[in-house]
Amino acid sequence: MSDYWNANWPTMLEDMQQHLTIVLSALGAALIIAVIVILLCLHHERWLSGLTYFFSLLYSIPSFAFFALLLPLSGLGMRTAIIVLTLYAEYVLLRSFITGIQGVDPQLVEVASGMGMTSRQTFWKVQFPLALPAIFSGLQVALASTMAMATIVATINAGGLGQLLFEGLQGQQVVPILWGTILTMVLTLGCAGILWLIERACTHRWRRVLKA
Amino acid sequence: MTEATIQFKHVQKRFGDNLVLPDLSFQIKRGEFVTILGTSGSGKTTTLKMINGLWQPSAGEILIDGKNINQLDLVKLRRHMGYVVQQIGLFPHMTIAQNIAVVPKLLQWDQARINARVEELLKLVQLDPNEYANRYPTQLSGGQQQRVGVARALATNPSYVLFDEPFGALDALTREELQGEIKQIHESLTDKTFMFVTHDINEALFLGQRVMVMHQGRIEQFASPAEIVRHPATPFVKKLLGTVRQNQELWREQDE
Repeated sequence: MSDYWNANWPTMLEDMQQHLTIVLSALGAALIIAVIVILLCLHHERWLSGLTYFFSLLYSIPSFAFFALLLPLSGLGMRTAIIVLTLYAEYVLLRSFITGIQGVDPQLVEVASGMGMTSRQTFWKVQFPLALPAIFSGLQVALASTMAMATIVATINAGGLGQLLFEGLQGQQVVPILWGTILTMVLTLGCAGILWLIERACTHRWRRVLKA
Repeated sequence: MTEATIQFKHVQKRFGDNLVLPDLSFQIKRGEFVTILGTSGSGKTTTLKMINGLWQPSAGEILIDGKNINQLDLVKLRRHMGYVVQQIGLFPHMTIAQNIAVVPKLLQWDQARINARVEELLKLVQLDPNEYANRYPTQLSGGQQQRVGVARALATNPSYVLFDEPFGALDALTREELQGEIKQIHESLTDKTFMFVTHDINEALFLGQRVMVMHQGRIEQFASPAEIVRHPATPFVKKLLGTVRQNQELWREQDE
């Protein structure tokens, strides 16, 4: 194990960095799209469920088929990888965001509007902060699944830790596969930890009280 | 000033096929404390929610200060109309002080004025500001939470305050204490119109200067508590009063 690391660590670090870039770009794009979709469709429940349904269909397309379909449009490489991973993450994010926002007690929403909040104020001051726990758990799921799925983009020359896995598969060596797996897990845990810290900073005060 | 400040003219409300209020007309005068008494499904909460425009009438007119509610800016109207609901009306992610400050913030008061007002209101509802201002709602008892609810409704010194069964989930002792306080608050603040929905006949008769008894979407009687007790207008009102009598008889038997 350590021999392999000593011989290959510069490439392995580069793989990690590529992997991280792909995953974070995909998650960032998915997050931005989710926020825009929800803000635009908040009061049009039909559009919202229509879009969720659409993304669930995309989610069921096998990734290789997706790559093949996108090749003529965006070619081989990172761009195609990020697009596909964004679309997969989109479904997870939308679903959990919508569930979180709809899970806020309707009586609180009514009270907010009865006190004279506009629907935008009700969203930002009441629905959004109370949905944060669900939003963050959606982000965690999307993060973990995208990290794992991103290993496959090595097949379309997008780089990342998948290269170690495929190197091991092709050369029938266990060590690169183990390294690929371990490093993916390290990245996932690291990012999940950071996300957890952000969540804590946003909701810690009132949630600690709720648990007590 | 005794002109009508809230007026319903032949108001009808239906939800789908369900006709909740067939034809409702009444007037409330400025500064009155009116309780709306009714069983569940009587349309009392529906009536209250039409006063702050949460629900629109299917037919008829609602006038606030002589103006049709359809011509009023509802957001503006609600910011000057306190609203207290049962149980979980407080926002769990905001401290007590932040909860009370919601409407003042919407109206963009400066922070010093907000702080002073929060302190004043907490004292009015008999909660020590130093102790409670920075707590979260779940750290308070049910009675204390409801006190905060009342303080929040009074934050911008509104001319109207609407109460939707605020004390429904409290134990009898806390309830009685809060009833006394709310009555005293109404007496100490001049020209405030209170509308208070309840299913508790004792509460309705104790608090209301006038009591509106509702049953199946219609007003059975709208009169002073004394008048209702002395001259119940319909069999339904008589039956309601009977429930109180029943208890009194039980007590009398014990005394003898």
